[in-house]
Amino acid sequence: MLTTAGSISVEAEGKARLRDFAVRFESVAKRFAAVVALEDVSLSIGRGEFITLLGPSGCGKTTLLNLVAGFFRPDSGAILVDGQVVNDVPTYKREIGIMFQNYALFPHMTVASNIAYGLKMRRLDKDEIRRRVKDVLSLVKLSHYEDRKPRQLSGGQQQRVAIARALVINPRVLLLDEPFSALDRNLRASMQVELREIQRQFGVTTIFVTHDQAEALSLSDRVAVMSQGRICQVGSPEQIYAKPQDRFVASFVGDANILRGRLEGFANGCATVSWGKGRLRVPRTSIPVTQSATVDIFVRPEQLSISEPGEADFTRGKVAAHVFQGDHVDLYVDTADCISGRLLARLPTKEAGTRWPVGAEVGISVIEGSNISMFDA
Amino acid sequence: MTGAAFQKLFQLAGACLVLAILCFLILPAVVVAIAAFNDKAMLSFPPQSLSWRWFIHAMFYRDFQEGFRNGLIVTAWSSSIALVVGVCFGIALERYEFRLKRVIEGVLLSSLFIPHFTVGLGFLIVAAQIGMVQTYAVVVVCHVILVLPFVLRSVYVSLKNLDHRYELAAASLGAPPGKVLMTITLPLLIPGLVSGWLFAAILSFNEFTASLFVTSQRTQTLPVAMYNYVREYVDPSMAALSVMYIVATAVLLSFANAFLGLGKVLNVDHGR
Repeated sequence: MLTTAGSISVEAEGKARLRDFAVRFESVAKRFAAVVALEDVSLSIGRGEFITLLGPSGCGKTTLLNLVAGFFRPDSGAILVDGQVVNDVPTYKREIGIMFQNYALFPHMTVASNIAYGLKMRRLDKDEIRRRVKDVLSLVKLSHYEDRKPRQLSGGQQQRVAIARALVINPRVLLLDEPFSALDRNLRASMQVELREIQRQFGVTTIFVTHDQAEALSLSDRVAVMSQGRICQVGSPEQIYAKPQDRFVASFVGDANILRGRLEGFANGCATVSWGKGRLRVPRTSIPVTQSATVDIFVRPEQLSISEPGEADFTRGKVAAHVFQGDHVDLYVDTADCISGRLLARLPTKEAGTRWPVGAEVGISVIEGSNISMFDA
Repeated sequence: MTGAAFQKLFQLAGACLVLAILCFLILPAVVVAIAAFNDKAMLSFPPQSLSWRWFIHAMFYRDFQEGFRNGLIVTAWSSSIALVVGVCFGIALERYEFRLKRVIEGVLLSSLFIPHFTVGLGFLIVAAQIGMVQTYAVVVVCHVILVLPFVLRSVYVSLKNLDHRYELAAASLGAPPGKVLMTITLPLLIPGLVSGWLFAAILSFNEFTASLFVTSQRTQTLPVAMYNYVREYVDPSMAALSVMYIVATAVLLSFANAFLGLGKVLNVDHGR
């Protein structure tokens, strides 16, 4: 049994009282015909927090987002916004801002009318609307674009209009549905920084949905990793990366080498595991590893060290590929002592450079004391 | 003979075939257009001498004038009513699941496979029973039913192409369903609605078979007036009318194209 929210948000709940949560999911379940989209999901999101729902497609992350938006109702459980159950509140009364992957800017309206739309629905007077549209446009650096139509804008500009349109109504929650996937790489990075800046300025609680783990780790206060309709782990990006709670999280977030080792025993809160000729001390995490003889050790690429073949090696391998990545080098090393038969080692360019050409015999060891996770094989 | 020569021959044959098909497509219009300028009071081809006299005759012939006017009245009403009905049913069918949906869809499209003379005859019988044979209403209702499938299809395709997220975004910004419909859905459907209306109008204005049954002397539309004329006289005024009709339709479509883009009007513009 996986404890979804219970296990992780205990810590967070200690800090904040119940009513201080902006959004709460309580045992939410949703199925579409025979397909289970969400299975007993509980999660609390703090006020002003930027939380990411991360997972592969079909994991239920978008369903969770749509439930907050009110696009459909949960089959069971409750969704609370600002302490109130909103299960039966229609979308237009929920005061939420949403930004879709394609931005969904109204193509028949100008930039200014797009942004003013939500304010008009709130029957604000004309001067007030004009003032707020102007303010938010200058905030997103689009002051001279109010009379353009969305199709006359670049992708990045469209995104800014979408964010302005969502934020100008001062929503209780901002929902972002894979907003960066339509942008090219360079623009994406700068838009991410910009979006985070704007989000901080508004202090708006934000739920961000993505399948891109790098994006999730770099942007979020907290990440909820989802798989098959359930939340596997919630925590800060650092926690998720360094202390994954299960095999799925360990392999989905970041790159990981899976090594099959033998559990030798426990001592001083650490497990001793042998892999190849070497022995590793693995911090004993909250994951219950039984006394089974074989375990899988998840080692990050930067936790492998590569050297000239020698006595201290855990095992040996042959360089299969050498990929220059600017500041670091990815070495793919073929070895028999690994489940996939190939390890990924990530070394600083300064250190590795062209030292290990393809075909070179190398010694492989694991850097001691690093955050290595271990699961039952 | 070499392979390359064979290929050349095939290409030539293909080009000839395409040309022949295109020629046949416009052949009737060309023949009629030329015949319209015949000076003599007969439909012969090619004409011996040319004149505009049949255009003048057709334009000032009283039955044609009235038929044209009646046709416009019937067309305007029937295509507009069909549009409203089509939009309502189109939205219901595309957006909602309900019982008997397939049945309702089938009934709405039934006039596609019920012959026009059956529809006309049916309405004639009903109209006779309730004493409405002489009225526009029966002609209009009959036309609505005949053009409805085309309007419905046009609305349906436009709705299918409409990104649902526009409406979701509007709802998230605080627009209740009615407001979403009026400010987002309908404005974005306009190209499809215009195309549906135009299509319906052209069909309704041209409709003959059912109209023959349901129109009276007082309400006869242009095609019916033309039929009645051609039973008595065989002169080129028919051809002259045809030419005027083609020119008028072409002008109308050009306008639509200039203001809305023909791609959108004909509903072939899927990439948005």
